[in-house]
Amino acid sequence: MSELLIRNACVIDPLNGINGEIMDISIRDGRIVEEVSGNAQVIDAAGCLTLPGGVDSHTHVCGTKVNFGRYMSPEDMRAGRTARNGCMHVTSGYSVPTTFGNSYRYSNMGYTTLLEGAMAPLEARHTHEEFTATPHQDMMANTLFDGNWAIMEAVRDKDVRRTAAVVAWYLKAARGFAIKLTNPGGTEAWGWGEDVSGIHDTVPNFEVTPAEIIGTMIRANEVLRLPHSVHLHCNNLGVPGNYQTTLDTIGLVPDLNKTRQSLYLTHVQFHSYGGTTWRDIDSKSEEICKAVNNTPQVTIDMGQIMFGRTTTMTADGPMEFKLYMLHRNKWSNHDVELETGSGIIPVYYFRKSMVNCVMWAIGLELALLTKNPWQCLLSTDNPNGAPFVKYPEIIALLMSKKLRDQECALLEPRTEHHVPLFAIDRELDWNEIAIMTRSAQAKALGIRDIGKGHLAPGAEADVAIYPLKTSEIDPSTQYQQVIAGFSRTKFTIKRGRVVSRNGEVIVDGANSTIWVKPKVPEEYNLSNDPDFVRKFQEYYTVRMSNYPVQDVYLPRGVCIETEADL
Amino acid sequence: MRIEDVICPFCGCLCDDLVVEVQGTTVVSVENGCTLAHEKFTGDNRLQAPIKRDGRTWHPVSYDEAIETTAQILLEADRPLLYGWSGTNGEAQSIGVHLAELLGAVIDNTSTVCHGPSIMAIQEVGHPGCTLGQVKNRADVIVYWGANPIEAHPRHMSRYTTYADGFFVKGAFLERKVIVADVRETETSNIADEFMHIEPGGDYAVLSALRAIVRGKADIIPSYVSGVAREQLVRVAEMCMNAKFGAIFFGLGLTMSRGKYKNIRNAVELTEELNRFTKFTISPMRGHWNVYGSNEVFTWISGYPFAVDFARGIAFYNPGETTSIDILRRGECDACLVVASDPGAHFPKQCCRHLAEIPTILIDPHVNVTTHLSHLQIPVAVTGIDSEGTAYRMDGVPIRTRMLYKSRYPSDREILEKIYQIVLKEKGP
Repeated sequence: MSELLIRNACVIDPLNGINGEIMDISIRDGRIVEEVSGNAQVIDAAGCLTLPGGVDSHTHVCGTKVNFGRYMSPEDMRAGRTARNGCMHVTSGYSVPTTFGNSYRYSNMGYTTLLEGAMAPLEARHTHEEFTATPHQDMMANTLFDGNWAIMEAVRDKDVRRTAAVVAWYLKAARGFAIKLTNPGGTEAWGWGEDVSGIHDTVPNFEVTPAEIIGTMIRANEVLRLPHSVHLHCNNLGVPGNYQTTLDTIGLVPDLNKTRQSLYLTHVQFHSYGGTTWRDIDSKSEEICKAVNNTPQVTIDMGQIMFGRTTTMTADGPMEFKLYMLHRNKWSNHDVELETGSGIIPVYYFRKSMVNCVMWAIGLELALLTKNPWQCLLSTDNPNGAPFVKYPEIIALLMSKKLRDQECALLEPRTEHHVPLFAIDRELDWNEIAIMTRSAQAKALGIRDIGKGHLAPGAEADVAIYPLKTSEIDPSTQYQQVIAGFSRTKFTIKRGRVVSRNGEVIVDGANSTIWVKPKVPEEYNLSNDPDFVRKFQEYYTVRMSNYPVQDVYLPRGVCIETEADL
Repeated sequence: MRIEDVICPFCGCLCDDLVVEVQGTTVVSVENGCTLAHEKFTGDNRLQAPIKRDGRTWHPVSYDEAIETTAQILLEADRPLLYGWSGTNGEAQSIGVHLAELLGAVIDNTSTVCHGPSIMAIQEVGHPGCTLGQVKNRADVIVYWGANPIEAHPRHMSRYTTYADGFFVKGAFLERKVIVADVRETETSNIADEFMHIEPGGDYAVLSALRAIVRGKADIIPSYVSGVAREQLVRVAEMCMNAKFGAIFFGLGLTMSRGKYKNIRNAVELTEELNRFTKFTISPMRGHWNVYGSNEVFTWISGYPFAVDFARGIAFYNPGETTSIDILRRGECDACLVVASDPGAHFPKQCCRHLAEIPTILIDPHVNVTTHLSHLQIPVAVTGIDSEGTAYRMDGVPIRTRMLYKSRYPSDREILEKIYQIVLKEKGP
């Protein structure tokens, strides 16, 4: 039995309605409990800000394309190197750090749970191998279905039940967590070098539209009773005028779930552009936020960009090629048979570029114009908008109008006429930041019930103690302290164990991988479906028996079993 | 016992549809495999026990002694090199990288003498690729450049390209066009629709000529480019531009001939330019069954796919300096651990001579040329036969190889883990 007592913590725990109370937190065997014995190890939080461990609900840290981002970028690897130190392994990389680099840096910022944003089922084994080497965070994987042939066939047949059965089979085989759609239909079209340009375009050869894929998958998701909703990267990412596609998509969403959203739209900054070309691009954050405010069944994340160097990587292969045609740096692409695509290019976001400035403003606007912080989560679509180590700066920008004004003064001068940011006065408070960085993520992902994102007895003892005294700091003027405080915890506690202290990781990690297994009736088990099996054997290049990820890849797997409504 | 869907641990095709008959600890028959697979499974002559060199003779030693000796040699070395890795599984490779990190060693894999130049080109210009099933289901034009799959990757054409029917290509043999570029006639060039017979060293120029034609500058092409007629170049460029989906596969004929990584860069840029007209992909024909796995594992742990030097604590990468050939040629390394490969058969003489002069340890199931340069050899189980683990196919698809029977040998993972633990005791926190 191991016990830990955190004394004098200034706790913000939004899921339990606690906002800045000084209290003690008791931990036994990795869980929060009512009280501990006198033998417990004691940590004095000394009135510092204490939050549930951070949860990132959309980040790219593990798997085929992430590793290819490293592989093709020695220049990025040498931009962030640390030597072996104590129990910390060597790390390399700035925008795409090595797995240990990701894990240590997230841990130092108080993050204990991550959702990898995109995993192709065929390459799931790779993602799980890297999860094991990201030892300080519990990991989950969004599983890509955007160009899945069996899904598109079921959608074409308007068969929600079969769609659900296909999802169930793949989630189980890939040990995935949730349904991810990246440019639905577009990645299949990219198999021929084409794309779709709106949600009502027809996907070549499959006679379905993105709207039909999204709509059917939202319903299939609820049939399977999955913890998370469909997680969508909308069509037309990064295209001037694309906000209309985003609005059309939000307009599709039925309200099917009482405990969370029915659709999660990710990195919405990249999907909120007005105008018709790069010259007249403008922010449509007001229109998007109006729709979000009126549609409680959707949740979005920001996808903030920050100026400087980073690497873009996504399953959205056609988008990356368009981006490459603009940047002409280097381009990698990796299409995955029967399933999806992917692309990678390095980018530099410039303050001298009006387009980049508009993008920067839109991300902040989304967070400031969405009324309910539970509906807009903090993200950079790491590393697409910026590496996650920039989160503290984003927090400071959201909390301080003064800092925003300072930054706005440095933007390309035309920006002011293209964005509403300059006129927005709202400053977020500590509670809202806590919501946007962990609690809302846990709710949106449906992992509150397994003890994530809050600190009530029974919860997992994942705790972040920041060197910030909220009563003594005015974030609207003392933003440098806010940045420093959120960059480095005093203590990060993972499952009841102090794993990181003052910016140094002090123990070897032992994370879990959380995955979802929907239980379907035998007649919906596609392993017995002759048509599914025949097509699998004919069109995949891996045998069906060699396809599923074996148990050995999840040494500490946590399976959420759901009872499908089939 | 008959085992289906067995994965072949020979080449980068990583075929996973073999049917293998096992009796006790012997593979007696292999169905679906190529000649190479058959030989790998059935012609399996193992070294019986660890052996240590004693002057001009060898004597057997225990595993414990062999492990202890290896750890001590590595601990005593100033500039140890850990080389090979392509013939073992990802789990063993992972221990290897952590061992190198702990020792401050250089770790390198066989890419250093095969597709290292491809990686360097990719680091300059990227890599528009895809999984092999994309090619099988869609491609109507296939290009083999400096590669002879019929002999080196015998089932590549039947499983993934020329003869493989796919979703959009029902009659592959009739519908697909095959273009071969090589400096000599090969079995593969004999079945090509177009064979560009290039003068040795002329690949770069031919690629440049094709790029010029694709960019609309056919008029500047001379009547012959490195032995290839202008008419043929125009024909080939048009076949590519008119393809619905084209796929280039290149081999060591392109990576290791004159121009090296610049050849690959040119080929990648040709692919990129073709993507402005249609869909085109390019992929290296990786040799060892898990050489791509060694690149992947090295990368997620250290940040670099090969030639990683931990001497200064951080991971440092500079091909030409931290690559095995260069370190050995300079006589720089003072101990070498070779795992699952055979540098003795592939490295220049000067490097082999140095390997013979320093304490070289070989962890490999079989006696090979490197045995004769080594001081110690530790035989282990063969991944995919009597040991299991992760492998990455040439297109990055990870597959778990199978253990067909229980081995009487330890796996290389177990041996490396024990060496690691001894070193950790000395060097750990």
